[in-house]
Amino acid sequence: MNDNQTAAIAPPTAAEAPAQSPDRAKPAAESVPAAAPRRHGPAGRFLRDPIAVAAAAVLLLVIATGVCAGLLTEHGPNKAALDAVLADPSGTHPLGGDGSGRDVLSRLLYGSRTSLFAGAIATGVALLIGVPTGLAAGYVGGWWDALSSWVANLFLALPGVVVLLALVAVRGPGLVGSMVVLGVLTAAPVFRLVRGEVKRVRGEPYVDAARVAGLSDPRIMGRHILRVVRVPIITQASLIFGLALIIESGIAFLGLGEADRASWGAMLNDASVHVYDNAMLSVWPGAAITLTVLAVTLLGAGLRDAFEDAPKPPAATRRRRVRGPAREPAVRVDTGALLVVDGLEVAYPAPGGEAAVVDAVSLRVDRGEILGLVGESGCGKTQTALAVLRLLPVGGEIRSGRVMFDGRDLAALSERDVNALRGRRIGYIPQDPMSNLDPSFRIGSQLVEPLRAHLGLSRDAARRRALELLDRVGIADPARVFAAYPHQVSGGMAQRVLIAGAVAAEPDLLIADEPTTALDVTVQAEILDLLRSLRREHGMGMILVTHDLGVVADICDRVAVMYAGEIVETATSADLFARPAHPYSAALLAAIPDGAGARSRLPTIPDRVPSVHDRPSGCRFAPRCAYAAPGCAVHPEPTTHRDGAVRCVRVENEVIVWNR
Amino acid sequence: MEPVNATAAADPAQPLLTIDKLVVEYRTGGRRRPPLRVLHEVSLEVHAHETLGLVGESGSGKTTLGRAVLGLAPVAGGTITFAGTRIDGLGRRARRGPSRDIQVVFQDPYGSLNPSMTIGDILTEPLTARHTHTRRAARERIGELLDAVGLPADTAARSARELSGGQRQRVAIARALAPGPRLIICDEPVSALDLSTRAQVINLLVELQQATGVAYLFIAHDLSVVGHVSDRVAVMSRGEIVECADATRVTTDPEHPYTRNLLLAAPVPDPARQAQRRAARHRLAAQGSPAG
Ligand SMILES: Nc1ncnc2c1ncn2[C@@H]1O[C@H](COP(=O)(O)OP(=O)(O)OP(=O)(O)O)[C@@H](O)[C@H]1O
Ligand code: SF4
Ligand SMILES: [Mg+2]
Repeated sequence: MNDNQTAAIAPPTAAEAPAQSPDRAKPAAESVPAAAPRRHGPAGRFLRDPIAVAAAAVLLLVIATGVCAGLLTEHGPNKAALDAVLADPSGTHPLGGDGSGRDVLSRLLYGSRTSLFAGAIATGVALLIGVPTGLAAGYVGGWWDALSSWVANLFLALPGVVVLLALVAVRGPGLVGSMVVLGVLTAAPVFRLVRGEVKRVRGEPYVDAARVAGLSDPRIMGRHILRVVRVPIITQASLIFGLALIIESGIAFLGLGEADRASWGAMLNDASVHVYDNAMLSVWPGAAITLTVLAVTLLGAGLRDAFEDAPKPPAATRRRRVRGPAREPAVRVDTGALLVVDGLEVAYPAPGGEAAVVDAVSLRVDRGEILGLVGESGCGKTQTALAVLRLLPVGGEIRSGRVMFDGRDLAALSERDVNALRGRRIGYIPQDPMSNLDPSFRIGSQLVEPLRAHLGLSRDAARRRALELLDRVGIADPARVFAAYPHQVSGGMAQRVLIAGAVAAEPDLLIADEPTTALDVTVQAEILDLLRSLRREHGMGMILVTHDLGVVADICDRVAVMYAGEIVETATSADLFARPAHPYSAALLAAIPDGAGARSRLPTIPDRVPSVHDRPSGCRFAPRCAYAAPGCAVHPEPTTHRDGAVRCVRVENEVIVWNR
Repeated sequence: MEPVNATAAADPAQPLLTIDKLVVEYRTGGRRRPPLRVLHEVSLEVHAHETLGLVGESGSGKTTLGRAVLGLAPVAGGTITFAGTRIDGLGRRARRGPSRDIQVVFQDPYGSLNPSMTIGDILTEPLTARHTHTRRAARERIGELLDAVGLPADTAARSARELSGGQRQRVAIARALAPGPRLIICDEPVSALDLSTRAQVINLLVELQQATGVAYLFIAHDLSVVGHVSDRVAVMSRGEIVECADATRVTTDPEHPYTRNLLLAAPVPDPARQAQRRAARHRLAAQGSPAG
């Protein structure tokens, strides 16, 4: 059972049997992106991180010295010898003796035992209490959540170290006791962290899917939820471990520790008395504490990175200036058109060179005109839109081409100037509504702030305008949505909120990436009516990226069809639907269920869009094209066709003549 | 492809799934506030081997209905009967029995697969969850499943993050097929996919039904897609079924004004015809809002 498709398009009059290129012979099982980076497991990733490995080595060394202390020195840590008081390093006492005549090396070695023991107890207790309670509170919710959150908040409100010191002072010294108390105190932040993460993942569809699959709750927690929370837990645990180490030393330094237990803190205490006699006494325990805490923290960070398999975006700035030769300062040239994109190329660094995700794209949008941008997923529609907006993600760069907006080249403007245009004169409706709303702010404030910034409205006026807009995008209860947080509204609502935000400043140009895909047809119809009226009232021009050819037919004046980073056809809407010129356009149109022959096989395009790295050198559509012929091995250039252009050798040479 | 579970040799006259006067309520916030009623005495039947389409606006309760059947929504009244057995109000543990027969494909191909697991792990889960397969048998079955949904066998080693939307949705379908269900709830399975991928996935669902005889409750807001795959179509508005009839009937000549409005609101890929429909819709709206 594979997806071998039938040819998608009506036969051409100049009938030639579609050439059978070798690629078409293989079953259209989906090819998986070839350029997928090699994956390493967490262990592999860990081992490739030199800092983490070094930290682990240091920690192992500390553990080893603690465990083997008895073998490494013949002196007991508390055995005092009169002749060793403040002794200099010698054969019997490699690091000398302390103020009471005890061997410094021995105390250092045995001290690591105490430190590690303290850290282990505190961390263990904190995790043992915090993780299960947090999991339960986040997953089960209800009264358990309410009660445990209340208790956790109580603990968080306590000044931890003060409480601890008070307890130690009153109850007398006791390493285990004080570390258990520390563990209990630090369990509260662990609880909070785990609970929050669990609440977040719990609503994910994959958790629902696991429940439907019949997994028991403990297994869901173990397999799906723990996986997500383990990363923050690791970080938190390393911090607690380090904290415990420092606090243990602190207590011992204050002389509140157990007298007969060797401890780095107690060594510091002794050293502080003899700081003028022998300064080295404080160096050893000081270095041990610093090094161990550092190693634990770095190890935690390394483990976190190793388990966090998502590639993290580098911390560099999100948006980059265009590279390349300095351009002349943007000059205003009146081209008549609102937006003219000319030879736009967008590239990302890729292993073994560069990947041009958008290639030689030229577009034009007039005032009051709506241009549809269609094509399969991954063809570069969003990247084109983002490049025009100068919002390309990290790594993405405009390599060449001009983006003339109202006579100014957006590609050459400074970040500041582009910023001033965005939101005010150029509106943007992003493809993914949820990730474009900040979860920590109310929707109202996210709408009001830009209105105040861009239009200089007062708080009240901005609020009124925002409510009015929410009403216009078909939200039944604007006041409720205004006061809500993003997670409290549905995806469709969020989409409408973003539409309201984008048109709030009545921009001259609106770039809308799938603005209605998440909406019902009835709401979609209202939104399209709204966009139509904005175009009529303000002469707004618009690029509408969509998969829905019905939407294109409804609202677009002209259409650009994109394939594998290029525009393969531009045409008026009327022409495109009545007489698509490019085989790709025709195949797309054919894939729509049209009511005829329910359950019949829909014509599909075999295989999928080639990845950036294995685009054919000739016509990029050739491997999937039902009309491919040997002549298609040359890369076609766009040629004028009716009121637009088409990029196909065989249309150009009038080999393919459509009879529709 | 493994045939559907042959438990409880079904009486052909008896529907596979019967939903009778189903009421679903959500508690919202405070205890004193009355619960929010999302489904008002909904009744529906899905027969073995058939596809029942379910359309309606968002918030009309389509997804809730699907979730109630899956045991993921709180049932406050009415009954859900699957193959002669009541399945509403079963505890989690008791549900794990029949749940093998009812599976789901969600809309969001990005959220419905755990990004930190490999496809192989994701597909192993439903196979080993009820100890029906050993690990070895599960591995073999995964090969079959991937093949059935048109993915290369090496997909098992990849993570969901490396796949396209269409590929992910194929994986989600494979996961639903894994236990050999008799009913799959498809909640907007193709809404997030582009045109050509959508056509491929629709073809895949239709083919799989022909091969295995599985029944679908196919939830979507796109009437043309629903019309294409369904035998019958139910139309839902504000938690009630307003119309349920033969698919061609509903998608060409609907009875209820709500459905008529829904049909007119869906744009058709033909500028001239679409302009006429838009005018018709505006006229209908001017005459007073249809269906309340
Ligand atoms: N941050 C990035 N780094 C490298 N390549 C990227 C990045 N973002 C997108 N791409 C690549 O750019 C190409 C075009 O992607 P784009 O998102 O523009 O497609 P699209 O046409 O908008 O698809 P869809 O219809 O799914 O939204 C794809 O091959 C994609 O893999
Ligand atoms: S140039 Fe490309 S699109 Fe045109 S016929 Fe040849 S392969 Fe098909
Ligand atoms: Mg996109």
